[in-house]
Amino acid sequence: MSNATSAMTALEFDLRPERRRLWGTIFLWVCFAATALAVVMLAVLLIDILRQGAARVSMDFLNSYPSRFPERAGIKSALFGTMWTVGFTGLISFPLGVGAAIYLEEYAPRNWLTRVIETNIANLAGVPSIVYGVLGLAVFVRAMGLGRSVLAGAATLALLVLPVVIISSQEAIRAVPPSIRQAGLGIGATQWQTLQHLVLPIAFPGILTGMILALSRAIGETAPLIMIGALTFIAFTPSSPMDEFTVLPIQIFNWAARPQAGFHEIAAAGIIVLLIALLTMNALAIVLRNRLQKDL
Amino acid sequence: MDKLDPLGFVEGEDPRHIMVHDDPVLETEKLSIYYASAKTIHEISMTIPRRKITALIGPSGSGKSTLLRAFNRMNDVIPIAWCEGNVLFNGEKLYAPEVDPVEVRRRIGMVFQKPNPFPKSVFDNVAFGLRINRYRGDIAERVEAALHRAALWEEVKDRLQDSALGLSGGQQQRLCIARALAVEPDVILMDEPASALDPIATGRIEDLMQEIKENYTIVIVTHNMQQAARTADYTAFMNLGRLIEYGETQKIFTNPEDERTEAYITGRFG
Repeated sequence: MSNATSAMTALEFDLRPERRRLWGTIFLWVCFAATALAVVMLAVLLIDILRQGAARVSMDFLNSYPSRFPERAGIKSALFGTMWTVGFTGLISFPLGVGAAIYLEEYAPRNWLTRVIETNIANLAGVPSIVYGVLGLAVFVRAMGLGRSVLAGAATLALLVLPVVIISSQEAIRAVPPSIRQAGLGIGATQWQTLQHLVLPIAFPGILTGMILALSRAIGETAPLIMIGALTFIAFTPSSPMDEFTVLPIQIFNWAARPQAGFHEIAAAGIIVLLIALLTMNALAIVLRNRLQKDL
Repeated sequence: MDKLDPLGFVEGEDPRHIMVHDDPVLETEKLSIYYASAKTIHEISMTIPRRKITALIGPSGSGKSTLLRAFNRMNDVIPIAWCEGNVLFNGEKLYAPEVDPVEVRRRIGMVFQKPNPFPKSVFDNVAFGLRINRYRGDIAERVEAALHRAALWEEVKDRLQDSALGLSGGQQQRLCIARALAVEPDVILMDEPASALDPIATGRIEDLMQEIKENYTIVIVTHNMQQAARTADYTAFMNLGRLIEYGETQKIFTNPEDERTEAYITGRFG
């Protein structure tokens, strides 16, 4: 009744359109400033690094081992160490992470235990990396006797990125439309056939993207590897997963910590190499995703 | 106060005006379906005649789709769904413990509301059911036959290797019908197969249903009463999880015995 009468009477508005639009404009500029600040800071950092280190990036730099003399020092052992470590990190974390994601999305009963597990995986993604270093030292280096090897480092990093791999894989699997599963089951496919022929191929680009982004995180990790005893001065490249190793960020830290200006320059050069490796991996993720999605 | 639904259905009342067929392909005996503790289908007993089109009509939430999905055990994939009573398929209990739902679904195929082709080629879509069921014969031959039967062959014969997602909505739905036909099921369940299609594509699906009913039993859920009247040999009217009236389509639409059926088909309700 009251609704009916109020609809009859003319409504009074305090319109003030200019004022309302002004707030919109102010908000726009605040947001733009936030974006600009982030971009400018990144640009300043990059320019500073490039000014210091660009001149030192050369084939010699990539091809030489560390040295007491900054002009002779190179990054070969750290670059190879990173490739070995990240490679094994991928080999370990891919099957574990994707397997766990498939179990949680497709098979796990929807009960409190599953929810507790999923919540904890999300929490693990936020655990400081040094904690994984302590774990790796206790379990892989000491208990399992892997020593300060590539394998121990890779296993530690694999644990570190596992939550990211699981969560991104779960999201990729969840993004497959339920109608596709129903169509598969509806024609007499078993759950595994539906998964194998329909769900996983569709989810694969997303899983791959998550995997590569997880490895991009692993490539920059320093603390856990120092914790498990990756060396800072290594004059050889690993030839087996049981060899001792160093990685790019540790080498960079080591150079940057020295007093001589020459080492600061090669630290900057090392950062450039690390950034290129990182951007290459991210670009790879984008290219693979686009190509695989086009095939569908 | 008595438990009354909007149409005055008294709880526990026996459904009237229910037709029984000889030699039905599917039969339910006091079938009740629950989602967790909510009873969504109430003691439905009905028969689905062989090589005819049977339509399930009724307002939203009447349980048409739930009943349809009980016929090929698609409700099994919903963890909280469970049922009481029996469903007989060619006289045998569909929910007996030794029955494999995967085998049931090959023999009782399903076409869904929204066309859901796989993101694969046209050919691979139709071949999918043959491959996963390890068909021993010539797959290409069966694919062509299924596409012919689904009245799609002429339109896709030159683009069998193209992605099925490039087809129009109506073509995609006919592809889904071809996919279901390829494994030679006894029954095809259709859950509002034309609701996402334009009138022309809908007309082609309806024509197609008339052609394939010579070899297959079709059960169709539809919101579109004209569609039920045009296509179905028999029509069942459901409301609030109960079977209200079931009979020959012409009789249901011209001379319904139950006032609720009449109210629904004349558009006064639902």
